[in-house]
Amino acid sequence: MAQCASYCRSRRHATRIGSSTVLVVLLFAASLSSAARSDESQPTESLPPLSSESDVVVVNDINERIRQSWQEHELRPAVQATDAEWCRRLFLDLIGRVPTVAELEAYTSGNSATKQRDLVEQLLGPDYLEEFARNWTTIWTNVLIGRTGGQQRRSITNRGALEDYLRSALLEGRNYGQLTYELITATGSADPEEENFNGAVNFLLEKLDEDGVQATAKSAQIFLGSAVQCTQCHNHPFNAYRQNQFWELNAFFRQARVQRKRDPERENRRLGSVVDRDFAGEGRGVGFDTRGEIFLEQRDGKLVDQASVHQKDAPIYYELRNGQLQVAYPVYVDGLALVDVFDERGFTHGNSGRLAQVNRREELAKLILADRQFDRAIANRLWAHFLGRGFTKPVDDMGPHNPPSHPELLDVLGQAFRTSGFDLKSLMRWIVLSEPYSLSSRVSRGNRQDDPALGRPPQFSRFYVRQMQAEQLYESLLVATQADATIAEAQRGAMKQQWLRQFSMAFGTDDGAEATSFDGSIPQVLTMMNGDLIRRACSTGSGSFLDRIANDSQLSNREKIFHLYRAALARLPSKQETDVCNALLASRGGDVVGSLQDIWWAVLNSNEFILIH
Amino acid sequence: MLIADRCKLTALSFRKRNPMNNLFTPRGMSRRHFLSHLAGSAGLAGPALALTQALSANAAGLKRNHKSCILLWMGGGPPSIDIWDMKPDAPTGGQFKPISTTGEGQITELLPKLAKQMHRLSIVRSMSTREADHERGRYYMHTGYVPNPNVEHPSYGSVIAHELAGKLQDLEIPPFVSIGGPSEGPGFLGMAYAPFQVDSNGRVRDAKASVEETRMMDRVELLGLLERRFVGENRGPAAAEHAKVLKSTLSLLTSQQMQAFQVRSEQQTVQESYGNSNFGRGCLMARRLVETGVPFVEVNLGGWDLHQDCFNQLQNKLPEMDQAMSALIEDLATRGLLESTVVLWMGEFGRTPRINGDAGRDHWARSWSVVAGGGGLVGGRVVGDTNEDGTRVTSDPYSSEDLMATVCRAMGISLETLFTANNGRPMKIADGGKVIGELFG
Repeated sequence: MAQCASYCRSRRHATRIGSSTVLVVLLFAASLSSAARSDESQPTESLPPLSSESDVVVVNDINERIRQSWQEHELRPAVQATDAEWCRRLFLDLIGRVPTVAELEAYTSGNSATKQRDLVEQLLGPDYLEEFARNWTTIWTNVLIGRTGGQQRRSITNRGALEDYLRSALLEGRNYGQLTYELITATGSADPEEENFNGAVNFLLEKLDEDGVQATAKSAQIFLGSAVQCTQCHNHPFNAYRQNQFWELNAFFRQARVQRKRDPERENRRLGSVVDRDFAGEGRGVGFDTRGEIFLEQRDGKLVDQASVHQKDAPIYYELRNGQLQVAYPVYVDGLALVDVFDERGFTHGNSGRLAQVNRREELAKLILADRQFDRAIANRLWAHFLGRGFTKPVDDMGPHNPPSHPELLDVLGQAFRTSGFDLKSLMRWIVLSEPYSLSSRVSRGNRQDDPALGRPPQFSRFYVRQMQAEQLYESLLVATQADATIAEAQRGAMKQQWLRQFSMAFGTDDGAEATSFDGSIPQVLTMMNGDLIRRACSTGSGSFLDRIANDSQLSNREKIFHLYRAALARLPSKQETDVCNALLASRGGDVVGSLQDIWWAVLNSNEFILIH
Repeated sequence: MLIADRCKLTALSFRKRNPMNNLFTPRGMSRRHFLSHLAGSAGLAGPALALTQALSANAAGLKRNHKSCILLWMGGGPPSIDIWDMKPDAPTGGQFKPISTTGEGQITELLPKLAKQMHRLSIVRSMSTREADHERGRYYMHTGYVPNPNVEHPSYGSVIAHELAGKLQDLEIPPFVSIGGPSEGPGFLGMAYAPFQVDSNGRVRDAKASVEETRMMDRVELLGLLERRFVGENRGPAAAEHAKVLKSTLSLLTSQQMQAFQVRSEQQTVQESYGNSNFGRGCLMARRLVETGVPFVEVNLGGWDLHQDCFNQLQNKLPEMDQAMSALIEDLATRGLLESTVVLWMGEFGRTPRINGDAGRDHWARSWSVVAGGGGLVGGRVVGDTNEDGTRVTSDPYSSEDLMATVCRAMGISLETLFTANNGRPMKIADGGKVIGELFG
């Protein structure tokens, strides 16, 4: 009886949501079907970027709202960052490396009133497209499969194939909605040499085992900024997520299957692909469980959910903490049941697991794209990327239990992003052209109180200093020194991967968790002092960066030192630093290249270099 | 005395093996000189100067006047129902048989060597926690606090390194070492208390300077200037933290205490007793580090997330653990170190008493076991109890806070210690947990 009561309660709950929000549901259904239509009709074309006028409107809106919160919190914003500081951070954040001396000088020597905007357009434009795509491919790959995804020996994930997919999407300027849709619905093989290849499957490939629990958790986390991981086993202890929501979301993934086969080329390696299959629902196995029987009955020799209307309904079952079994059908996180979505379209088979009737992942992708939380989540993620802190911390655990610091701004940004046709570059442009992004990182009396490390909501009244990621460091050193100029293109990628791998470690748990030792701790400092990358960057071999500077007859020794400082720190040395450098040169007895090597080493090892400020 | 003699010996052999290498020959003079360059020019006041002045010509002759803790971290969540709290009569009790031990309770037959050490260790069978997600559980069990978006709490190793800092002037290597895994971070205590992560082979990557000493000093002098300048510009905590970590790194680069990481230099028979496994080498390294004066070492043994094929996998995992952990306890005891070294065995949670369709066990935090001993804790005892199928704790339940309070008490750290978290709020060490009384006296 108790089991039955609990079961009925949950059904009633679902019905109540359905009826009390009919209007909302109708509006929702309408908006999402139009969104879906537009996606389907133009799958790869992105909408044109907003006119510059509407960009200005959004940027002004950001500035006004941020200034208002400064006023409310009695904060005085930091002074403007210097031209060089701003240029350096923009290069690091948009294309993942420090500017070269030439790039820096081109910017700082310019006098145009629109030079900030011009540089942003330049970095977002065709001149830097390759580098832009490289940087964001790295970032998205790490978001989607972590730094260790596809790196283990027995993994079937093809990291390179996912990177290639993302790179071509970014080169093409594919919009974020389309990208998300493709990642969530992808089918095909993970490896380029296979027929039916689709690099996008590598996102979900190793998340579909164990009934797609990780696919559910990661999709919600990445695309909706919702941490639902814990609710697979129980209602969340301190937020609104309920266990049924997890499994109702999970039900969308249950047609997806992973197929593995032996690699004909390489022994001990397995190839994977994702396919969609008719899903008949759980039931047969569950029926043997004595506690489950109460929900099931025999129809034409098949065990089906008692309350289901059709035999083709494909339910799944999950267990409450007290051992009771519960049934779940696809219901989106806001309570909109797939069966109601199909009702609106005039069909009754919304709970079917048959592909000819319902493709559950495609339906899910449409629902996600139509959800305002989808645009808020990416606005929050990108804001955190550029400003060092999101409106929530962490960015992917949003919800009533973790309210954003600037809810209205987040909403405005998200809405503008949606209106832009999910154009990522527009969102980036608005953020980097905003006032908070232009501020100095110096703490002053007027903004000392604005410190998110104190557990207070960030107010962005100064630029929060943060460390470069390992990938940014790598690219910065290569660009600054052309250290790999002599290495074949094909080898460069492998070298980079090998270097990066030393910092990452997977916990080997089912949630794919991992840690990085490139976190400001001793191993990182050791790598910076003595590691092979720094050694390469500090090489004085013939034709190397330092060799060329040292032997450049156009430059005085003083100018050579200036050049090193600009290349790494985007500034000139202070008087005291110049004195120490000169003393170094003098003590080396004419060994200019050796002295420059020492200076370069010190500069690269400094906090000022490794920090984005 | 013994320790000092041994260190002198290793120092000698170190020099002998590297006759040409006087780059960082750990002689007191040059080491002092070297660090003074950083301290002086970088203006890293207070601690750096104190450290430099404290260096004696024979820095290796460390007087160990504090306790240490070795955490054996079982990442993934081990099925304690198959190991420490067996239910052979329950239908879900699994396939292994319990055996008697030299302590009160029975444990799995797959740990015969540990069974002979159990008079030195106690089992707490009444752990009952709420975090059954890996990340949250790992955080909670390491810090005594549930994750909170506004505060990052310091983990065991950071707390202990921080609290014992006053007794560690002679320690030149990091006070918090994590072997074969990342452990948890220093939270609001800052990067100076972060775990130093190494692999179990003892190879510390890039720990050898690439230029000779005088040149390194020139470099460090300029570097110190750069660091100081940037910190002086009020760039927030990250800049200052970098300078602190830099100092620790230079201290380590020039220290002969780095020998403690060289497990392969240990006598062959001792190496063999720990077993030819990463966990075995990790445990051996932990002993060497504790001997050198490191107050907190974590040794990681992962792979416990046994959702599938639990029992076959245990047949591989448990013997490896048995060998290494029993050797560690025996070795510590023989060397007289066990009295001053708390050994703690735990993961982020236990696993379901229920066996799932894949012959695995899933996450389960409500009733599970940990093991603790050494450092003055009572051995041989079984604390707490669970019901007939292990689904419920039937005695007073204990939490991560309680366990942390117990370890702190054993290590002589006052439970009244208050930290000022970065949000300005005072935070009690171990979040006010209550000491597990049965583990004392």
